Amino acid sequence: MQSVLAPIDIQRVRQDFPILDQMVNGKQLVYFDNAATNQKPIPVLNALAHYYEHDNANIHRGIHTLAERATQDFEASRQKIKSFLNAEHIEEVIFTYGTTDGINLVAQSYGRKFLNAGDEIIISTLEHHSNIVPWQMLCEERGCVLRIIPIDNNGDLLLDEYEKLLSERTKLVACVHVSNALGTINPIKTIIDMAHRVGAVVLVDGAQASSHIELDVQAMDCDFYVLSAHKLYGPTGMGVLYGKRDILNAMPPYRGGGEMIKEVTFEKTTYNDLPYKFEAGTPNIADVVAVRTALEYMESLGKENIAQHEHELLLYATEQLSDIRGLRIVGQAKEKIGVVSFVLDGIHHQDTGVILDQLGIAVRTGHHCTQPLMSRLGLAGTTRASFAVYNTKDEIDRLVQGVLRVQKMMA
Amino acid sequence: MTINEKQDEIIEEFDLFDDQLDKTQYIIDLGKKLPPMPEKYVTDENRIMGCQSKVWLGAEPKDDAIHFYGDAEPTAQISKGLISLLIRVLQDQKPEDIANADLYFIDRVGMGSLVTSRRAGGLAAMVQRMKEHGRQHA
Ligand SMILES: Cc1ncc(COP(=O)(O)O)c(C=O)c1O
Repeated sequence: MQSVLAPIDIQRVRQDFPILDQMVNGKQLVYFDNAATNQKPIPVLNALAHYYEHDNANIHRGIHTLAERATQDFEASRQKIKSFLNAEHIEEVIFTYGTTDGINLVAQSYGRKFLNAGDEIIISTLEHHSNIVPWQMLCEERGCVLRIIPIDNNGDLLLDEYEKLLSERTKLVACVHVSNALGTINPIKTIIDMAHRVGAVVLVDGAQASSHIELDVQAMDCDFYVLSAHKLYGPTGMGVLYGKRDILNAMPPYRGGGEMIKEVTFEKTTYNDLPYKFEAGTPNIADVVAVRTALEYMESLGKENIAQHEHELLLYATEQLSDIRGLRIVGQAKEKIGVVSFVLDGIHHQDTGVILDQLGIAVRTGHHCTQPLMSRLGLAGTTRASFAVYNTKDEIDRLVQGVLRVQKMMA
Repeated sequence: MTINEKQDEIIEEFDLFDDQLDKTQYIIDLGKKLPPMPEKYVTDENRIMGCQSKVWLGAEPKDDAIHFYGDAEPTAQISKGLISLLIRVLQDQKPEDIANADLYFIDRVGMGSLVTSRRAGGLAAMVQRMKEHGRQHA
């Protein structure tokens, strides 16, 4: 991929996102809830409409022209994602309904087949509930033991402690690449290598990383990588599970139904090959097709350029917000994406969120689906501003003014 | 005063403000004035499971009416303000009137989104709870 590190013309980029151009509660919208889901550019909206206007048909089945076109578009997305992740084989790309779905697939299929009583699963303190609960369910069912990598007060994982947790009992490590609540970028390659040394497989939750960080699953050497399209400027309800081919081949199907079979008789069914073995039923065709456009859109801007812009926003926001008395930034990891979580002395994050909303500023408040992390930090929740390519420093100034207003109203 | 007279009184007070933020400020100021709830009512049973802030509601039948106590965790001022408004409207009213109350003031003062959405700590759940107390004692 060719990418020239050139400042992006943000005002032009903003025109690609019509949703940004609206008044909320009488104020120009500032959308800072990108870690929850980011907005979709016009090309993605057009791709969705185009698919339904011209190409809609069920895939892999019909012999008619529309079915053929839809199938080609669908498979072209798989190809695109293969190169986006730098997967070795096309059949290593499994379409899912999102990160949560991908993790559940691995927990239920790989976990039930390969994990037994007494085996250990390691996750980290930074995990989103979707990378905690499926493993707890598996542990309950199989009698496995869940172990947790601790963090320091900045939100960095304690790798020494991780080292101590690893043993021949460790069968699986499931770790978030980038924390949604604090923005911490984990040293994922090191985490993976350490797990492999004791023979454990590694699942990486890439929900937050995928729109900010260049991905290469071969270089990372992860065994599974999961992500959600809606955090990649793409549609909701669509995600990807990458898995190494040999491992996926050894795993039993997860859901039964159409598409995932070779032959069905009432006596016995034989299963289809990868990737279809894991794609039972009519998939989310339109959204899969539109993901390709979302990735092309990011490429057209250049992922490095996006990362550079977001990093500038992070530095600016960190600096500006740090100047506010009574505001404490939560999460000061060595490496971060454009996420600033903060708490205000004596002010409930809910009240902060309500008033910022009345000022037209959309932030996330609460525990961010990371309750164990919040309790480790001794907090009920935070206010979180998270940035995307279309955000500006002016908007950060609005946030700063908004926070000052909140403090004044609560004083 | 009846429930509706109290609602109308509150609507009049809010009509003095044009700006949503001024209304919010008024609610925050009411929250600051909400008297702390007697300790014995701060129980799990009285906790309203809403969303982001901790909220409690206690009730005591008094003569043929119901007396409410409500509170939120100390920093949750908006929740406290909304509690104080709800209590003001339904305080010491007859159980059946509470159960059947049409709380139109919530929308009219423009706090509808705060009360019904998840973000204000389940204030809708708070209304539900108050009405339940009404039904129980009706
Ligand atoms: C780190 C992380 N993991 C997992 C998820 C779950 O993603 P989804 O809800 O798209 O399945 C999220 C979404 O917020 C996330 O931020």
